[in-house]
Amino acid sequence: MTRLAAGLAILGALALAAAAAPLVAAMLGHDPFAPDLLARFEPPSATHPLGTDDLGRDILLRLLHGARVSLAVGLAAALAATVIGTAAGLFAAWRGGVADALVMRLADFMLALPALPLLVLLAAADPSRIGLPARGEAAGDVLRIVVILALFGWIGVARLARAAALATFARDHVRAARALGASEARILLRHVLPALAAPVAVATALAVAGAILAESTLSFLGLGISPPAPSWGNMLANAQELVFSAPWAAVWPGLAIMLTVAGCTLVADGVRRRPGTR
Amino acid sequence: MIARRLLQIALTLAVLSFCAFALIALMPGDPIEVAIAGDPRLTAEDAARLRTLHGLDRPFLERYLAWASGLVRGEFGYSRLFAQPVASLLLPALRSTLVLAGTALLIALVLGVALGALAASRPRTAPAVDAVAVMGQAMPTFWLGILLIIAFAVTLGWLPAGGSAEQGLGLAYLVLPVATLAVAHLAAYARHSAASLEATLTEPWIRTARARGAPERVVLWRHAFPNAALPVLQIAALDAGALAGGALVTETVFARPGMGKLLYDAVMGNDTNLALVALLLVALVTMLATLAADVAQRLLDPRLAQR
Repeated sequence: MTRLAAGLAILGALALAAAAAPLVAAMLGHDPFAPDLLARFEPPSATHPLGTDDLGRDILLRLLHGARVSLAVGLAAALAATVIGTAAGLFAAWRGGVADALVMRLADFMLALPALPLLVLLAAADPSRIGLPARGEAAGDVLRIVVILALFGWIGVARLARAAALATFARDHVRAARALGASEARILLRHVLPALAAPVAVATALAVAGAILAESTLSFLGLGISPPAPSWGNMLANAQELVFSAPWAAVWPGLAIMLTVAGCTLVADGVRRRPGTR
Repeated sequence: MIARRLLQIALTLAVLSFCAFALIALMPGDPIEVAIAGDPRLTAEDAARLRTLHGLDRPFLERYLAWASGLVRGEFGYSRLFAQPVASLLLPALRSTLVLAGTALLIALVLGVALGALAASRPRTAPAVDAVAVMGQAMPTFWLGILLIIAFAVTLGWLPAGGSAEQGLGLAYLVLPVATLAVAHLAAYARHSAASLEATLTEPWIRTARARGAPERVVLWRHAFPNAALPVLQIAALDAGALAGGALVTETVFARPGMGKLLYDAVMGNDTNLALVALLLVALVTMLATLAADVAQRLLDPRLAQR
């Protein structure tokens, strides 16, 4: 339980900080997007608590705005992965036979492949060719990354959901419901789905961690969220070019990613270790 | 078992090659558009003539089959970006990645298991090991790479910030990338081996060994470890494949030539042919590594082979 509490506390604090970004911006009186060439590479001070970057933008404000992007992308991708994965896992366990084999073979196929090179290739594809907003536009970037990450994220959820659903279908209360003539929909939604809550919660927490790591990696490689919109990943890409002139710029975004991912891991561990959960 | 798995690998590669080839049609700019951008004197007629010459006006399926049958015959084509035959780029890159990933896997296993054993045998150290492991797993690879560059290349100046040796193994160039790649995996092994050892140490035969008066060191390494090692090896087997692809970020941060960087450069440089062939090779290496790890696991644990 303490792990769960610690994880939730970390994530809650990060979410609060992200929500407060405009407030902090108003208090400090800077614009996180406007370059200020007279204030480049300033060390931490009262007006710039974490200093400024190569364009004179406040690092703290960019960090908080980056938190909004990174958390939103991570949560959205994980949520999409959870919905798809739970549905796929439940469906496979319910139908069994060919349907089960098809879903699980697809999962095996994707798991056998090298994820990162595939992500890079997918992220580099040009969405404007199929009528979507082009790469580099903020809203389009977020949508594109969410879709790509959900495409990979559902597998872990589906495997856990399927295993739990198979175990639940064999249990007495489900068999009793069936014997009493309950409809298939009622069995699925009332008797099996609730039993998936804990394993799916674990899988979702891990999916958020995975999505945030993957988003930051893609943004770092220049294939995710494009500047000037800040994301922790593209802030680090910028920081790597400045290792000689502003080494401190590399510290904070990485720390933020690490805290978020550790928070998710703690939540997943905490849920998993609760009594009655496998 | 092995024959069936090899067949599966071939099938997976076939499906992947088709999907990736279809995806490439979505990548920005076909080669002719790039040629037009590079030479403003090219007219529309020239472009059409070039498209016919290179077969880009043929139907998609026909192009795919021509390309795929070339691959099967060992014709990997030409890299536009490096102006070299693709085949001559692949081997050195593959060698470099295998050296990096192999060293990292070995170091991660040894140190990870040592940390796990420490946590399991001295419960007072367990929270510290656990905290380090959670943080190690949460740390983005590229961030760790940048921090190591700042510490050891920029500030201390002990090691090169990136690149690779002109010849030889280039140990100095290997230290930071290996450390970067090893940490995340090390953390996972530490957590799993600690959990597995803790569970094994409660088994009756451990109590018997202790009652017999066996020293704690012997109990830990002779009696508990071989049993506790199997789940860790299972994780390592899953990882063995992921390492080759996962090296992409490390190679990019340290500008170290390798399969990952080759693929990344090809994607960024619109070199579609190189990107496709590199992706297929990385996928092949990944699956072969996973297969090799599975076989090794069966050799170590006779119970698995019987199933």
